[in-house]
Amino acid sequence: MMSRQIRRIGVVLALMLVALLVNITVIQVVLARDYRERPGNQRLLLAEYDRERGPILVGANPAARSVETGNTLRYLRTYDDGPLYAPITGFYSLIYGATGLERTENRVLTGKSDLFFVDRISQLFAGRQPVGGAVTTTIDAAAQAAAFKGLKGKVGAVVAIEPATGRILASVQSPSFDPNLLTSQDPEAIRAYYEELKSDPAKPLLNRPIVALNPPGSTFKLVTAAAALASGLYTPDSILPGPASYQLPLSTSELQNWNRKECGPDGKVTLRQALAISCNTAFAWLGVQLGDEALRKQAELMGFDTSFQIPLKAATSRFPAELDEPQTALSAIGQFDVRATALQMAMVGAAIGNNGATMQPYLVQEVRGPDLAILQTTEPTKFEDAMTPLNAAQLTEMMVNVVENGTGSNAKISGVRVAGKTGTAETDNERPAVAWFVAFAPAQSPKVAVAVVIEDSRATEISGNGLAAPIAREVMKAVLRQ
Amino acid sequence: MSLTDPQSVRRQPSRRGAELLLLICAWALGVLGTLQIGWATGEGTPGRLWVTVAVVGALALVMHLVVRWKARYADPILLPVATLLTILGLVMIYRIDVAAAQRAERNNAPPPTPDVYAQLTWFAIAVVLFVAALILVKDHRRLQRYTYSFGLLGLFLLVLPLAPIIGTTVNGATLWVRIGGLSFQPAEVAKILLTLFFAGYLVVKRDSLALVRTKFLGLGFPQVRDLGPLVIAWAVSLGVLVFERDLGTSLLFFGLFITMLYIATQRRSWLILGSIFFAIGAYLAYQLFEHVHNRVTVWLDPWTYADTTGYQIVQSLYGFANGGIMGAGLGQGFPNFVPFANTDFIVAAIGEELGLTGMFALLLLYAVLIERGLRAAVSVRDSFGQLLAAGLSITLALQVFVIVGGVTRLIPLTGLTTPFLSYGGSSLVANWVIIALLIRISDRARRPDIQHFDADDALTQVVRRV
Repeated sequence: MMSRQIRRIGVVLALMLVALLVNITVIQVVLARDYRERPGNQRLLLAEYDRERGPILVGANPAARSVETGNTLRYLRTYDDGPLYAPITGFYSLIYGATGLERTENRVLTGKSDLFFVDRISQLFAGRQPVGGAVTTTIDAAAQAAAFKGLKGKVGAVVAIEPATGRILASVQSPSFDPNLLTSQDPEAIRAYYEELKSDPAKPLLNRPIVALNPPGSTFKLVTAAAALASGLYTPDSILPGPASYQLPLSTSELQNWNRKECGPDGKVTLRQALAISCNTAFAWLGVQLGDEALRKQAELMGFDTSFQIPLKAATSRFPAELDEPQTALSAIGQFDVRATALQMAMVGAAIGNNGATMQPYLVQEVRGPDLAILQTTEPTKFEDAMTPLNAAQLTEMMVNVVENGTGSNAKISGVRVAGKTGTAETDNERPAVAWFVAFAPAQSPKVAVAVVIEDSRATEISGNGLAAPIAREVMKAVLRQ
Repeated sequence: MSLTDPQSVRRQPSRRGAELLLLICAWALGVLGTLQIGWATGEGTPGRLWVTVAVVGALALVMHLVVRWKARYADPILLPVATLLTILGLVMIYRIDVAAAQRAERNNAPPPTPDVYAQLTWFAIAVVLFVAALILVKDHRRLQRYTYSFGLLGLFLLVLPLAPIIGTTVNGATLWVRIGGLSFQPAEVAKILLTLFFAGYLVVKRDSLALVRTKFLGLGFPQVRDLGPLVIAWAVSLGVLVFERDLGTSLLFFGLFITMLYIATQRRSWLILGSIFFAIGAYLAYQLFEHVHNRVTVWLDPWTYADTTGYQIVQSLYGFANGGIMGAGLGQGFPNFVPFANTDFIVAAIGEELGLTGMFALLLLYAVLIERGLRAAVSVRDSFGQLLAAGLSITLALQVFVIVGGVTRLIPLTGLTTPFLSYGGSSLVANWVIIALLIRISDRARRPDIQHFDADDALTQVVRRV
């Protein structure tokens, strides 16, 4: 009889079945993500273009919204002030995928988030496409516009934060890009524009406010001053040596003040005055006295060496590890390998203004369902207590002195006490120096802290007060409705 | 122990009730699927659809009644599974019709003719042939008388597409015959006729083919002059490949012949020889024929050819990926992105909308169908019936493997229809005739009339079952 042979063939056929099942499992489970994201695969995006995507709101106005087109791709993503809000919304492209909140809040905007559970149950039964929810940002439209206007023609970024909560009020970059041109329905035009952006040396696609790392220069003296007060060994009135040049320990190199002059009579200066005139030699000396451990600890309490997701992923600002004395001296004035984003320096200002408490920065205020009911609200959370309230108050007064009597004169707002700090950082000889300004106002119980960084302005005279302080002033005035 | 003892031959239940219940379930699934598509695509459910649903139910009922009347003891699983597969095919074809109509509407093009009603008509014809086969073939053993007629007719049908005027080349393969407005694929019918021929021929020749003349490497090999049939089958398969450029059918026939030869002769040497012949044929084809070469190149690296020759397979893979584990949902994928979505690539549409879950269910349905066919083969008592049932089941299995494996890039893509699912009349009709024959054989195998017991066979079976 042939039954045995038939059974054997049956076993072979079963093995072939197993091969099919394994292969399909690999495709639909393991490789599926890779296949879905392949550049030639239009399914996912077409599916998304087929349904209404929720808006990204600034106040009550949409920064990004879906508009019905009446052709094959039913909805077109439109950005009403594209370049203004590009660092926040990002883009949503048929070819290049999504960035910014378009990417991080995708599940909300497409209506696939678990927050929409109830809606989805009814959609499931009806077999309908989910409708997207809305994302409301923390952005203050006036502050955003003021920063955008101030950065025009320059290369740089501005971040403004509400000190008490960590809400991000403005996040602006220059140059920016127009996300509308990346979401059009013409693939060739999208490719051409994207290539143009990619080859631009000013890197408009870089999310400069939260990703671009620059040496913070003299604005880092705020951290050094905070560490000095925290040590208990120094007060604003402590006398520090402030010679015209400072011989770096164990080195033949000399560090000089920006004006190559002594910081005070007989090369002596108070801590308050050293901050006001941004005395390099005094702060370098102070840094060496405090040691790199103390500086690093203070920097980390203010957000350095931590990766924040706001929910966009910010670059990690860093205070370098294992420093010798000359490196510590340079780091204390924000040079050497210290790197910070505009977001980070705004957090430093905000922490000082907020009685020493560093808050987690965030960009999404609330999530609303398709029916506009609020489904989720972000609660402010404290990151660390960076300073005691007393020390914070002392440092605030020192910063007010910077604006009223020192290097930060351009940040003055009539009728409002403004606390600030200038900065100018050398990078390398290839690039121009970076101008900074960090400020908050009103000095007692501030409503806004702002950091401005100018990487390139095509100006001959580069100074934080000249280039960055006026922008910071306009942003603060916008928030204070002045 | 003797099986003639009336005590041991218990009254075999016919299980027709179970069959009816399963058929109702299959029909209900079809109705649900259809409604889901209407809701999900926003097309609603056109009134004509209810007629369709009613017709499908009536056809299934007719088949059930005929089985009840003419093959009372048949396996109760075969009919419902084949019906469910056919209904699933109709649902997917309807789904793809809807997608095509919506696309045409958006592009302001004239609406395309829906395929689902044509497929339904073919299903009705298939049912007629199914009923005819069950009524005309009262005992499958009678088919053995026409062994050579079947063989000749099968060969004739196989080469028919090459005939002038009526032969038609579609998409590079010459598989179609067009007479008047009607076109059909003779290879689909030929596969049944040739299975009948192989079964009849091998039953007679098995002894001489099984005779060991030479020993090599511990295996008995047949004499060179007995290689004749193998060489002929090989040559015919290659001929189909070369002249009709039909890789799938070629593979199917050769695989079928080799396995049947092995079953009949019980000699593994035939499998080895067959594999060697296959390897030679495959190598020659790869070297000599551009279309075979292209298929392999695209199989190895479809991404390079994603916009040209690899477009189909890449779109198919994207479809599967889009489906993921749970599927996009009926009516919520993009099945018409894959060219030939309702014929060769219907499995990709199922993978996209029903997901991995649906694919597992689908393949297990085929597995059940084939296992039931093989079970009939093992339990029927005549050698011709055994070979025939095994051959028909293997045909189905190979066809499913070659097309599903091709569409999922397990093996190079070869054009074959997916049994019961694909849009196309010849395939549907031929596969339903296969089901009719399997039902006929299973009825014989399970029928409790003891005079058919051969003492030796019965004893062997008892031993096997222990």
